[in-house]
Amino acid sequence: MLESSPGQYSQPGSSSSTELAGGEALTVEQAIINLSHEDLSLRYYAAWWLGKFRVRDTVAIEALIAALEDEADRTELGGYPLRRNAARALGKLGDLRAVPGLICCLDCSDFYVREAAAQSLGMLGDRACIPALTQLLAGGMAAAQPVPGRPHLTQPYEAVLEALGDLGATAAIPLIQPFLDHPVERVQYAAARALYVLTQEPEYGERLVQSLAGSTLQLRRSLLSDLGASGYLPAAEAIAEAAVENSFKLIALKGLLDKYLAQPEAAPLSDSAQRVMTLIDSLL
Amino acid sequence: MIVTHPTSLIKAVEQATTATDLIAAVQALAEARLEIGIPTLIAVLGYNNPAAAVIAVNGLVQLGKVAVSPLLELIDDYNYGARAYSIRALAAIADPAALTVLLNAAATDFAPSVRRAAAKGLGGLRWSQLPPEQVYPAQAQALETLLSVAEDADWAIRYAAVVGLQALATSKSFTHDLLATQVSAKLDRIVQTEPDLSVKARAQLAQQQLDKCVGSQLEQPSEGGSA
Repeated sequence: MLESSPGQYSQPGSSSSTELAGGEALTVEQAIINLSHEDLSLRYYAAWWLGKFRVRDTVAIEALIAALEDEADRTELGGYPLRRNAARALGKLGDLRAVPGLICCLDCSDFYVREAAAQSLGMLGDRACIPALTQLLAGGMAAAQPVPGRPHLTQPYEAVLEALGDLGATAAIPLIQPFLDHPVERVQYAAARALYVLTQEPEYGERLVQSLAGSTLQLRRSLLSDLGASGYLPAAEAIAEAAVENSFKLIALKGLLDKYLAQPEAAPLSDSAQRVMTLIDSLL
Repeated sequence: MIVTHPTSLIKAVEQATTATDLIAAVQALAEARLEIGIPTLIAVLGYNNPAAAVIAVNGLVQLGKVAVSPLLELIDDYNYGARAYSIRALAAIADPAALTVLLNAAATDFAPSVRRAAAKGLGGLRWSQLPPEQVYPAQAQALETLLSVAEDADWAIRYAAVVGLQALATSKSFTHDLLATQVSAKLDRIVQTEPDLSVKARAQLAQQQLDKCVGSQLEQPSEGGSA
C-alpha cells in the first residue's frame, strides 16, 4: 500500500473501476464476507466496492462501521488503509448510523482516515458532527502547518472546511475566514467555497472565479470543482471559458445547475437555468 | 497587412516549440482559411494542447464542407482526445456525409467525450443536403441511435442525447410524423423518470423548444421551425 496515494481505487472517472468491477466482480454477500477475509487486500477492495456500488444493505453498513476500528490492516507508517476505504464508502451510503464511528475517526492518528471521515460526514449531512469537525480547526492558521516529510498539513483542512460549509455550520464562519489567507491555494479555495455556501456573499464566489486566471492546470481543475459545489451561478461563464478540459467544465456546470434546481423555489426553465444549459450544450 | 506564404504558416505550426508559439501559429493558420492547411489543423487536434485544439476546430469549422473528407479520412483511431475534437468539428460543420461516423461514434466509442460530441452532432446534421429520398432513412437511423444513447449510464451522454433529439426534431426537414411522435414520447418519458435534475431539466427545455417549433409551423407553414 502506497502511503501517498490513499485514493488509488477511488479516483472518479478512472478506468480501473470498471476493469476491477468486471475482472473481480463481487456479490453483496461475498463483499461482506471479504470485509473480514484473512487476505487484507480483499478487505480493502470489498470496502471500496460496497461504496462504489452503493450497497445500502444493513449487514454491509454494520460491517463497514466495524471496519472503522480495524487494527489488522496497517501500513509501514502506521496508516489504516481499511479504515480509510470504509470511511469513504460510508459517506456514499447515506446511513446516519455511521456518524458516531466517523466522528471517532476524526481523532485517528492516520491523516487519510481523518480526511475521509470529514468528507463523508459532510456528505451525510448530520449536523451532530459539527463540533467535532470544528475542533479540527483548533489552533487556527498557526497550527495549519505542513507535516515534515509528508505531503499534507497537520489536519485535512480542505475536507473540514468544505464539510462545514455543506453542513451549514454558520457558527464556524469566524474560524473559517482566516483560512482565506492560508499559503496553500487549495485550502484558500476550500475556505472561499465554504464561506460562499454559508453566507451567499458574492465576494467569496468571485474570489474563486478570479483565482482561475493565475493558477496551474491542477489548481484550475480544483477551482472548477469548488465552483460547481458552491452553487455560485454567476461563475457559469467563467467555468465554461476556463483553460481546463471539457469534462471538468461539464461536471462543474452540472454541479451548479443541480444545486440551483434542488432549491424548492427554482424553476427548471428559468433564465438562469437556461443560461447554464446553453453553456453545457456548447461543451458537449 | 503582411502576406505570409501558406507553407510558412504550416511550418510555423509544425516547428513551434512552446505552447504559446503553437497557439499563435495555429491561430494564424486557422485565420488564413487555407485548404492546404487542413491536414495540419487536423494534426493539431492530437497535440494534447486543448487551447490549440479548440482554435484548430474553429478553423476547420470555418473552412466548412471542404474539411469534411479530410476529417473523416484522418480520424484518429488511437487518440480519443483528438477523435473527440474531430467529431466536434464534423458536428459543427453538420455535413450529412459524417452520418455513419457519427452513428458509430455515438453508439460504440469507448470515450465519453467522443460519444457526447457525436450524439449532439447526430441531431444537427443538415439533412436538406441529402437527396430527398435519403432524408427519412437517415433521420430514422439517427433517431434510433439517439434513443438508445439516451439510456446511457453516464449523465453527460444522456444529456447529449436529449440535445441531439431536440436538434433532430426541430430541424426544418424533420417532417415525418412517426419520428416526431417517437421523439416526443421519449422526452416525456425522460421528464417522468430521469433521476438527474440537470438532464431532466434539459429534457423539459427540449419539450418547450419542440412545442415552440410546432407552434411556429402552424402559424407560418412555409417557414418551419428553428433550432
